[in-house]
Amino acid sequence: MSRDAAILWLKPFVARPIALAGLGILLATVFAAAFAPWLSPYDPYAIDPPIRLTPPGLAHWFGTDQFGRDTLSRTIHSARMALLIGSGVVVFALATGVPIGVLSALFPRLGHVLMRMVDVLMAFPTLLLALGLIVILAPSVANAILAIGLGYMTTTTRIVYGLTLRLRAETYVEAARSMGAGTTWLIGRHILPNLISPLLVQASFVFAFAQLGAASLDFLGLGAPPEIPSWGNMLAESRTFITRAPWLLFFPGMMIVATAFSLNLVGDALRDRLDPRFRQVFGEKG
Amino acid sequence: MWSYALKRAGTTAVTLLAASVIIFAFIHVVPGDPIYVLLGDTATPDQIDALRHQLGLDQPIIVQYVSWMGHVLEGDLGRSIFFQAPVLSVIADGAETSILLATMTMIWVAIIGVPIGMIAAVRHGTWLDQGLSGAAMLMASIPTFWVGLYLILIFAAWLGWFPSSGYPSVFEGGAVNLRYLVLPSLALAAPNAALILRLTRASMLDVSREDYVRTARAKGIRPWQVVRRHILRNALLAVVSAFGFTFAALLSEAVVTETVFALPGIGRLVVQSILRRDYPVIQGVILVIVVVYLLINLIVDLSYRLLDPRVELQ
Repeated sequence: MSRDAAILWLKPFVARPIALAGLGILLATVFAAAFAPWLSPYDPYAIDPPIRLTPPGLAHWFGTDQFGRDTLSRTIHSARMALLIGSGVVVFALATGVPIGVLSALFPRLGHVLMRMVDVLMAFPTLLLALGLIVILAPSVANAILAIGLGYMTTTTRIVYGLTLRLRAETYVEAARSMGAGTTWLIGRHILPNLISPLLVQASFVFAFAQLGAASLDFLGLGAPPEIPSWGNMLAESRTFITRAPWLLFFPGMMIVATAFSLNLVGDALRDRLDPRFRQVFGEKG
Repeated sequence: MWSYALKRAGTTAVTLLAASVIIFAFIHVVPGDPIYVLLGDTATPDQIDALRHQLGLDQPIIVQYVSWMGHVLEGDLGRSIFFQAPVLSVIADGAETSILLATMTMIWVAIIGVPIGMIAAVRHGTWLDQGLSGAAMLMASIPTFWVGLYLILIFAAWLGWFPSSGYPSVFEGGAVNLRYLVLPSLALAAPNAALILRLTRASMLDVSREDYVRTARAKGIRPWQVVRRHILRNALLAVVSAFGFTFAALLSEAVVTETVFALPGIGRLVVQSILRRDYPVIQGVILVIVVVYLLINLIVDLSYRLLDPRVELQ
């Protein structure tokens, strides 16, 4: 990326300190996930019954859980699962939504059929769709990604479809077409490059909602296996001890809120630098 | 209007039909022989033969679908393995809790979301607006079950103001039992109030850019009168229609909240049925929720167009 392009991307963040803070929190989460074994003071799986349910203190900053495991180490390691599920859902939603949306907009007959199918999937509320898929596929990390991703595939397809329809009507696209440009050329040269920035906005919102969806599945015991440290699993376990050990409830929950909020802030800042014609495709809800 | 209504109803019917194929297929793609899926592992050979014959499982899949659809249209959604009762009556048992919970949630959403959204719009661009909009985004980023657990910890465990779990029917214990739904409805209201807040704000800002608002201001009507009579009336239409969609979505969003508060509603029924492998109940709940969801969407869409003559009827 050239220096000017970098400045253009950073501009919305500099204008808004709170969005910059969000970006900082996200980078910190990525850092924590990457260097979890070196950052954690203890082994996140190490059981130490004599010190179980110890309140936060100097030895254990975030306290310990019902097996005497260090909550700080488990919270840090959970960042890996959060990023894995989040990026998995985003990749799935984009890898399915972009081709379906672009092709539907360029080939109206195909689009008519495909978009009707998307409408049918949208008749299923997102969480219900995810639960139904989990029943069929059995709970696991990969299936949680698929189950949550399917719900956001539909919204991503709708957005890509709307954007491509607008782009297709642009004069420069018609000009290219009348000069004999093929569909592949149009997609590669004019459609996809223009979709990059709106898709970046969509990706940050999907990433945010995937965090909440994955936490819900984990909490219900239908997401990642219980032995894997994840913020949702930690909260599910803390439920039994909320009055005896409220700190078990506090830290993982704060991490979910911090990442989801940061992603929403970043998405919002990126949306504001979008082309105004594209902005309304997202609506206010994002 | 009527031709539009018919067209819109037709689309809903087609979507419903396609969705019903997916829901029908659910029982067949769940791991295991459908007969065991429907009867559970404890079924006797006699029962298996009887059901296989009754459902015609040896017949082509299309015939099976048509006969399933026929049963569904008569209100027969199959039998629950766990309860040994018709699925429809099992769902009906949870309906009271779910509907009351959704209604109470919508009351909170209206009380919190709409006025604060209005304040943010009227003070557009000020630090107050930025603060309120930021707070709304924060609320939308908090998992409802985490809010629920904190409400239990503070208002049930520490202060003892409200019960922490369960819900005895109001028909048996009187309206005082509604206190069981206060904390869960608050937890569920948080993210939805945030969305309604943002929508109210955006909708009011949209309307305030209209020509007739500028005219009203120009002829000297007092500012709060412009807000009340010209902006608010037009902006609230979009908000009210969003209420319909939110209510429809709440029936399934409540899954997690009902689990946290151990409420005997439809949402908790789904989760427990998944853990019990009670597939007929899961299938039945998905069907009922999708039907309700699509019907509410249809009604909201039509009434929106009926109430606002400016909306173009195609």
